[in-house]
Amino acid sequence: MASKSININLKIWRQKDAKSKGQIETYKLDNVSTASSFLEMLDQLNEQLINERKEPVAFDHDCREGICGMCSLYINGRAHGPASKVTTCQLHMRSFKDGDTIYVEPWRSKAFPVVKDLIVDRSAFDRIQQAGGFVSVNTSGRTIDANATPVPKHDADRAFEAAACIGCGACVASCKNGSAMLFVGAKVSQYALLPQGKVEATERVLNMVRQMDDEGFGNCTNTGACEVECPKGISLENIARMNREYLFASVK
Amino acid sequence: MAKSALLKSSLAKKYWMALTGLFLCLFLIGHLLGNLQLLSTGKDAALNFNKYALFMTTNPAVKLLSYLTYFSILFHAVDGIVLTVQNKKARPVGYVKNSASSNTIWASRNMAVLGTLILVFIVTHMTNFWAVMHFDKKMPLQTVTIESEVMPGMPPQTQEMYVTVEGSYIPVAAVEQGMISIQNRTEVYRTDNNLKIAHLYKDLYKITVEFFKDAKWGLIATILYVFSMLVLAFHLYHGFGSAFQSLGLNNPKYNLLIKNFGKAFAIIVPLLFAVIPVYIHFFLK
Ligand code: HEM
Ligand code: SF4
Ligand code: FES
Repeated sequence: MASKSININLKIWRQKDAKSKGQIETYKLDNVSTASSFLEMLDQLNEQLINERKEPVAFDHDCREGICGMCSLYINGRAHGPASKVTTCQLHMRSFKDGDTIYVEPWRSKAFPVVKDLIVDRSAFDRIQQAGGFVSVNTSGRTIDANATPVPKHDADRAFEAAACIGCGACVASCKNGSAMLFVGAKVSQYALLPQGKVEATERVLNMVRQMDDEGFGNCTNTGACEVECPKGISLENIARMNREYLFASVK
Repeated sequence: MAKSALLKSSLAKKYWMALTGLFLCLFLIGHLLGNLQLLSTGKDAALNFNKYALFMTTNPAVKLLSYLTYFSILFHAVDGIVLTVQNKKARPVGYVKNSASSNTIWASRNMAVLGTLILVFIVTHMTNFWAVMHFDKKMPLQTVTIESEVMPGMPPQTQEMYVTVEGSYIPVAAVEQGMISIQNRTEVYRTDNNLKIAHLYKDLYKITVEFFKDAKWGLIATILYVFSMLVLAFHLYHGFGSAFQSLGLNNPKYNLLIKNFGKAFAIIVPLLFAVIPVYIHFFLK
């Protein structure tokens, strides 16, 4: 596809630091190649700002290939923008038209406080993960070959699909309740489906859900926004599996 | 830990929401089957309906179910409001631009508003019918007009009779003549020896028909009733399937079935409820 150049208007959330009050600022950016990624477009904006001796826009990014989950941007009212099953770094400017006005905001959640501009602190996810998102293994050196424990293909596939979650937080950002249940559901499922994870399954789901609640995430009302916006296509089935796991764990 | 997990956690609230919601769906079916008798036009329509109403207000098993229903409504409403308030707090700063319609349906985003409207409807509805049935001192009693030919060629004589639960008839005039008295709203006592001789039916049929037939207020009530059923339909359109997901009942084999059944339920049940006042107001003679 031949690329072309477009001129766009950007409305970007600027906030000096966690304590300051932020606001939307408007920028005009010309000659954006439709072949550039959304992050490259922001790089271009920052060059322009630096040349104008202005503070560049702070935004998170790392891998720029859809695997680290850092590029958390709410673009034109949707997590990771208008394209489906992509992260912001995988979104290209060909999704926009010449003259478009594009809103760029940080994830909005009590549990994800804004650090600066478009950067939020997603360490709440790390704490949930630390509360139970692991299997305890003996590292004495007498490790067991992974293939020694047979796993049914169907379960292996479901676990793999759940493990595809990159912890980006788009589910929280797009949920009207700021609920983290798709993320936690995926993390619970990933282990619950495997024989290695069954040993600690009861403790895991209770602890992870408690941590999730303590962090201030909202309650799922099954609107399904998370599933639509998740860049990795994590299914609502994982939330249902967590609900089952939790129900059985709490009556045990 | 397990104890608080089943009461206070986010997931527990969801289980209770789902269980009470689904129980209320069962209640809707029961209530609807009773109401549909109002569409019957036979000569005994009123009596049959009032017999049913008596059964529903006195049978111990039904009483137990009705207490469970009151509890479910209260719990569902309180839990739903608590959830909604918590969920609002989970996003203290909102988005300047948000495109919710691109990933969710309207009903799913407005469950609390829809639910609150249903609550208003339930309270109004209960004041109009339930409270009258249970507490109104002036609740009318079921009567029938019996015609009897006194002499060939003469116009037949008509007499208003109370129908008793025991299956007999007592002339309404007997009260004025001082032969019997009615106490505790439905109990018939003989005046001479003060013995209880029969029980009467409260005429809920008459209350209902007069309520909706009234030219002005009946029309307003009918419109509000139909509107409330529309609200209920939207609540159930999302709610029915959602409850299964909350309880962890999500299986690709059955999901489509549950979803479609829920949608059909959400349309058919409120529609049938709504037909009844419309019929009474516009078509019942
Ligand atoms: C006959 C009356 C009602 C029926 C049959 C009913 C049914 C349901 C069902 C099946 C759900 C889905 C539960 C779930 O997702 O787990 C639901 C959700 C909800 N209901 Fe009701 N409901 C009724 C009345 C009310 C009332 C009076 C309120 C009062 C405020 C209310 C507020 C809510 C809210 C806020 C939700 C969403 C919460 C959530 O999904 O967790 N509902 N309802
Ligand atoms: S479930 Fe999807 S949207 Fe949520 S954190 Fe994982 S990858 Fe991101
Ligand atoms: S920068 Fe790593 S997923 Fe986008």
